[in-house]
Amino acid sequence: MKKLIIALAASAALLGGFSTGAQAQEKKKVCFIYVGSKTDGGWTQAHDRGRIELEKALGDKIETPFLESVPEGPDAERAIERMARSGCAIVYTTSFGFMDATVKVAAKFPDVKFEHATGFKAGPNLATYNSRFYEGRYIQGQIAAKMSKKGVAGYIASFPIPEVVMGINAFELGAKSVNPDFKLKVVWANTWFDPGKEADAAKALVDQGVDILTQHTDTTAPMQVAAERGIFAFGQASDMIAAGPKTQLTAIVDTWGAYYIKRTKALLDGSWKSEQIWDGLKDGILTMAPYTNMPDDVKAMAEETEAKIKSGELHPFTGPINKQDGSEWLKAGEKAEDGVLLGMNFYIQGVDDKLPK
Amino acid sequence: MRIELQKRARVSTLFSVLSPLLALVLTLIGGAILFWALGKNPGSALYSFFIEPLLEVWSLHELAVKAAPLILIAVGLSICYRSNNWNIGAEGQFTIGAITGSILPVLYPEWHSPMILPLMLLMGIAGGALYAGIPALLKTRFNTNEILTSLMLVYIAQLFLDWLVRGPWRDPQGYNFPQTKSFQIEAVLPEMLASGRAHWGFAFAIIAAVALWFMMRFMLKGFEVQVLGQSERAGRFAGFSARRMVWFSMLVSGGLAGLAGISEVSGSIGHVQPSISPGYGFTAIIVAFLGRLNPLGIIASGLVLALTYLGGEAAQLSIGISDKVSRVFQGLLLFFVLSCDTLIHYRIRLIFAGSQAEAKG
Amino acid sequence: MFEAILLTVITAATPLVIAALGELVTERAGVLNLGVEGMMIMGAVCAFAATQMTGSPYIGIVAGIVGGGLFSLLFGFLTLTLVANQVATGLALTILGLGISGQLGESFVGQPGIKLQPIVIPLLSDIPFFGRVLFAQDLTFYLSIALVIGINWFLFKSRRGLKLRAIGDNHGSAHALGINVIRTRYLAVLFGGACAGLAGAQLSLVYTPQWVENMSAGRGWIALALVVFASWRPWRVLAGGYLFGAVTIGQLHAQAFGIGIPSQVLSALPYVATIVVLIIISHNRRTTLINTPASLGKAFVPDR
Repeated sequence: MKKLIIALAASAALLGGFSTGAQAQEKKKVCFIYVGSKTDGGWTQAHDRGRIELEKALGDKIETPFLESVPEGPDAERAIERMARSGCAIVYTTSFGFMDATVKVAAKFPDVKFEHATGFKAGPNLATYNSRFYEGRYIQGQIAAKMSKKGVAGYIASFPIPEVVMGINAFELGAKSVNPDFKLKVVWANTWFDPGKEADAAKALVDQGVDILTQHTDTTAPMQVAAERGIFAFGQASDMIAAGPKTQLTAIVDTWGAYYIKRTKALLDGSWKSEQIWDGLKDGILTMAPYTNMPDDVKAMAEETEAKIKSGELHPFTGPINKQDGSEWLKAGEKAEDGVLLGMNFYIQGVDDKLPK
Repeated sequence: MRIELQKRARVSTLFSVLSPLLALVLTLIGGAILFWALGKNPGSALYSFFIEPLLEVWSLHELAVKAAPLILIAVGLSICYRSNNWNIGAEGQFTIGAITGSILPVLYPEWHSPMILPLMLLMGIAGGALYAGIPALLKTRFNTNEILTSLMLVYIAQLFLDWLVRGPWRDPQGYNFPQTKSFQIEAVLPEMLASGRAHWGFAFAIIAAVALWFMMRFMLKGFEVQVLGQSERAGRFAGFSARRMVWFSMLVSGGLAGLAGISEVSGSIGHVQPSISPGYGFTAIIVAFLGRLNPLGIIASGLVLALTYLGGEAAQLSIGISDKVSRVFQGLLLFFVLSCDTLIHYRIRLIFAGSQAEAKG
Repeated sequence: MFEAILLTVITAATPLVIAALGELVTERAGVLNLGVEGMMIMGAVCAFAATQMTGSPYIGIVAGIVGGGLFSLLFGFLTLTLVANQVATGLALTILGLGISGQLGESFVGQPGIKLQPIVIPLLSDIPFFGRVLFAQDLTFYLSIALVIGINWFLFKSRRGLKLRAIGDNHGSAHALGINVIRTRYLAVLFGGACAGLAGAQLSLVYTPQWVENMSAGRGWIALALVVFASWRPWRVLAGGYLFGAVTIGQLHAQAFGIGIPSQVLSALPYVATIVVLIIISHNRRTTLINTPASLGKAFVPDR
């Protein structure tokens, strides 16, 4: 008994002794909230790469605390509020599911800046940012149509949200610009992150005769399946060439760092404004991994398309485009409005799947 | 060296109180070693975990927000486990309760009546209870093991929610993103105090815990739960029906999980979305046992577990401990608490080869 | 194509079957270890790490088994020596396992793994149709089949198996008969952990040769459900695992085929199928009762 009390007292003293208060901060705090773990190998890791780049670029002026594996829902609101209270100058909330929580906390802390990724609700101190992933998907579609012998690609999708639907359509558009009869088979894995299930979906698609795979899920499992079955595939979120040195044609690499540096500089020099930003290839928020495992003419085509998109000469969603049922969506020469793209919930012609309504 | 247990003649009142404290001390020591090994200052890490979240009013509110669903679900589960019904599907009942409770605000967003909130809560309870009724029906009618059915129904409920918010319940003004319209103000469970986010869900949790404690302690039904849990045969001799107990315990726990679900959606989130629970239904199983299946104990264990979540976050932010390390620390804490509870019923003897020495007793 | 689908189903079902078989033995001894998910993920990370460091997936398999086994001893110590509550300890083990594996595996994320290659059995693998499916598989598949046969023999044909079942049915009487309850249970827990570890190794070396956090993604829970589904009989574990795997893969094919049913409905099919089949096979109360270990989850302390 006596020992116990001593132990208790000792630990209490230990606690008291070390409990130093917050030290004075001179560097500005640029804070990040992650939905996954920073080593998830996918979405969150891409944001964390961006954070590390930011710290490399501006590390003498800022520090970059972060919270990982924050569940969407009430926990998010608490985590964001904790950030705001801990003296962050700006908080990046890096998942769509943090939208309403960010809106609520932003209203409570008008002096703190917030930026929410992939959402659509903004405010005086709340900006939104997103990446035009569809530009990369269009290029991938073109490459797929050139490289596929059967004219059918398989698409492993996560959840039917506009972002994913837009990606599927952009891929098909790119493919059809090369081969008008190109078909796309879609399997919904109903997960962002389950290597086993992604591999199963990939195998199912290959067994049904596709000879190119692309994915909108996070792990390299589909790339590994493609490598094993001797077909080509595209990487997602990071350069996945290590998982398929002879398989990956290219990958859409999320390079959020460019964006974070740009915005943080604006914050430091006082020019930060609340905006709804949708950056693309030209801004460096996404980049294409090296074009590999393809003949030179295909590579040249891909590079040309990339250059055209960067210069603004080519917008992937330019008419004439018909919806899946054959009805007209965009007239010849007409470009899709951003608002329509961001809320996209229909397929274009050629996608061999029914969209859950 | 060998460890031997010796049953105490009586339950040790001293150790019922002391064992959590002992567990805390062991956790502090274990945690200090863990953090030191990772090159972090053990003092400030432990401070962030256990003290920092308790120092500010807003943070106390957050503690209540986090603990409310855990307590609410766990007290219901304690009735199940006491009566030997293995409902491990509270997560699914929580989800269905959230869905059925949200029917009114989602389908009638223009209905501004004070009646809407009570109706929502009732429908949430009914939804959770009915969903728990499925394993109850299958167990009583077809003799199907409830561990399996209740678990499988969790996945089905989550997929149903997913389908709803991506399909028929999607907010038409929300760019086709998977969430419903925000609830009208009358459909939002209000906050208890102006000083923070804690809503009436926490009060429901405390009321439910006290009510079930009263039932277990002073009412015949409580006795029935315990007798049937000990032995179905003995229960039959006393005239209790095991079949009816399956229904009773499953409906109570399902109803409470459903209430937790609608309280969470209405009070903390304000709309329905694909992810409404970070596994509350499963964490509540631990909370139930940590509270020794005693409703009042569950209030304490629910708060402690909620504290470790908040503390993990605080530690991440203040000294950069990764969320994985806070999971490990949480596991350590649970292990120490669970094993120290042994002292309530048993004396522990350490037996060394040759000589015998008594350690703590 | 049918052969390819069968191969996919086998790969998906094997980890479930192996982990469930281990848990079956643990539960037959009267111990309920809900920490399968945690032991599995520990096995996966140990197997992957050992393979990356040595270059040999066979060493990885051993490391997975050892990792899962050692981790299960922690559960054993708490629940058997200190008689802590089994349900809560098992869940805590899962929390701990997810945390530790994430920490251990941090540096391995993104590294391409080394796949455990199939062992092609000459002649037998040339049998038309079934040859390649059954006799050109990797070690884990052969082990899963050997485990089914071995455990079935052990439980129902051997003396030690009889003792183990006796402990699971009534530890008090087993103890009175002079059987060492605690030691047997320790071995059963260790076996369960080793099997879960092997299942984890299959995930990170065969199913998807890579390491990412939480890569078990709930498969430990499905394995637990399978034990109940099988009413604690090894052959039914095999059947249940393949049924679950077949419906899972089947729904993906249905999607790729484009049948236009919401994917959530299709994704729910494996769970619905499991419930429905369990209802059909468990209507006979007596056979279910005979096979259910009566002292499952109850603490045992020998009185001396």
